[in-house]
Amino acid sequence: MAVAQPRAAVEGALPRGTLWLERASLLGSVMLAPALIYIVAFVAFPFGFALYLSMTDATVGNPYGSWVGLRNFVEIVQSPTFLRTLKNTFVFTVVSQLLILILAKVLALALYRDFRGKGLVTFLILLPWAAPISLTTIGWLWIFHARFSIIDWALRQLGLLGPNENMFWLGRPSLAMAAVIAVHVWRLLPFATVLLLAGLTAIPRDVLDQAEVDGAGFWRKLFQIQLPLLLPILSVAVLFGTIFTFTDMTVVYVLTRGGPFDMTQVLASLAFFKGIHGGNLSVGAAISLFLFPLLLIAAVVILRLARRAEVT
Amino acid sequence: MAAAPWSHRLRTVGGRSAHALLLAVFIVFTALPFGWMLITAFKAETDLYNPHNNPFWFNEPPTLKSWQYVFEKTPFLRWFLNTMVVGVAVVVITLALAVPAAYALARFLGRWGEQLGIGIFLVYLVPPTLLFIPMSLVISQLGLQNTLWSLIVVYPTITVPFSTWLLMGFFKSIPPELEEQARIDGYSRLAAFRKVMLPLALPGIVTVVIFSFTLSAQEFVYAVTFLTSTSVKTVSVGVPADMVRGDIFDWGPLMGSAFLASFPIAVLYYFALDRFIQGFTAAGALR
Repeated sequence: MAVAQPRAAVEGALPRGTLWLERASLLGSVMLAPALIYIVAFVAFPFGFALYLSMTDATVGNPYGSWVGLRNFVEIVQSPTFLRTLKNTFVFTVVSQLLILILAKVLALALYRDFRGKGLVTFLILLPWAAPISLTTIGWLWIFHARFSIIDWALRQLGLLGPNENMFWLGRPSLAMAAVIAVHVWRLLPFATVLLLAGLTAIPRDVLDQAEVDGAGFWRKLFQIQLPLLLPILSVAVLFGTIFTFTDMTVVYVLTRGGPFDMTQVLASLAFFKGIHGGNLSVGAAISLFLFPLLLIAAVVILRLARRAEVT
Repeated sequence: MAAAPWSHRLRTVGGRSAHALLLAVFIVFTALPFGWMLITAFKAETDLYNPHNNPFWFNEPPTLKSWQYVFEKTPFLRWFLNTMVVGVAVVVITLALAVPAAYALARFLGRWGEQLGIGIFLVYLVPPTLLFIPMSLVISQLGLQNTLWSLIVVYPTITVPFSTWLLMGFFKSIPPELEEQARIDGYSRLAAFRKVMLPLALPGIVTVVIFSFTLSAQEFVYAVTFLTSTSVKTVSVGVPADMVRGDIFDWGPLMGSAFLASFPIAVLYYFALDRFIQGFTAAGALR
């Protein structure tokens, strides 16, 4: 705003019709409008539409349905499949996030050091996050194959499994759940690691050096300096990891289709099977909406983090 | 005293091998599916389906049969082409919407722009699995179901919010004095943006291009919802939906196409990753 004088001079030199383009707020609104209109049309409107659908009896044959109030929600919460699904979604999310946090912390510390071939190592570790999950899960489908699983083969070589025995990873409820968690951990570990690594690198070197001079060992540095300073970035990693796992349907869709007997079904996949495969749009939309409270919490946390950053 | 350097060296050697071992274990975990895909795709069927063979080695000579099958008997190339078309179109739309929006938020809208920027970033948190059912109705109302257009219209809902956020940070890091100087030199605001800011923001724009393209190539939920015909699918939905059929799995060709589609996308993504992560750390109060 300190450039008021030159601006007046510039405006005098410009053709008359384009003067409005020199007014910052007006030009800003014009430049922002297309993106904003698009987001309203293709995110806000469908979201409102989802709320509406969830309170109707819409199906593929009758896509607008008629109003039924909260009936869908009442029926959903009473269904054992849904309760199972809700529990699975939480178990998968919490267990995989815990494992990811521990493993990512170890891996980030290992990658923090300089060593030869760091670029290649980083690339190989990043692969799971960088590749399309629907395709890489097919690789896991083959790894967990009922008869030709390489894990079973390795167990047989170690003598932990009889010559013609198999684990049937995706056929037994508890093993299938473990398999889904393993793929989630595999997929998000690189993401959390890279975030933590960025956080570690941002800690000033002299803080650590000073601590060493003062006689702090590895563990003291870890718990009293690195972890507290990493807390903001750690919360971002957990937040996004939680959202990615909680709202994912691809891993379950490709790996187990929710089976055996809905034992690995999650909210997103159940919504898909009911709403899109089954054509029951209203129930599908209602199930999807159970994802929303978590997103709301995440949004509030991010806004608070952002505000704190502005204050400091 | 002479023993000190020795024990020190022993400790670093020990530390270094422990470090290498740790990393090796992690690499086996992260890269295992890719390695196993690649080996499977080159194996002869009789080798693959013999449970007594060592799965990690070629007990029979490697063969190109699976690859031949992928290119001659499956619509893989068609899916690849579809993926390219969707990716390029999404990149163009994303740039057209996100670049001006980000610049406006960074320069013209003041504190209000800051708040709105965070608001737009939050839209990125809305997952496809929350919106896919109403979106399928919107798409069919527009008459786009089962066409590549459905994806081209919808994918920017994911790419635009994140790209706008990323570019906003990028524009903010460029000193405003540069445009002020350009305006003193007689440029209009738009010309200053085009001739001074855009070239400087090129690294950010390249990141957005890679991010939007790879995201279009990776997306699965909307694609499996909107597309039913084999001929209009992208690789990330065609392979899992049309090649994994019933109980007859052709694992060789399946692994070949999964590797062939996922590896190049992963390599491309790798180049944009640093700035992509900066987008997240910026959201986490690390700026």
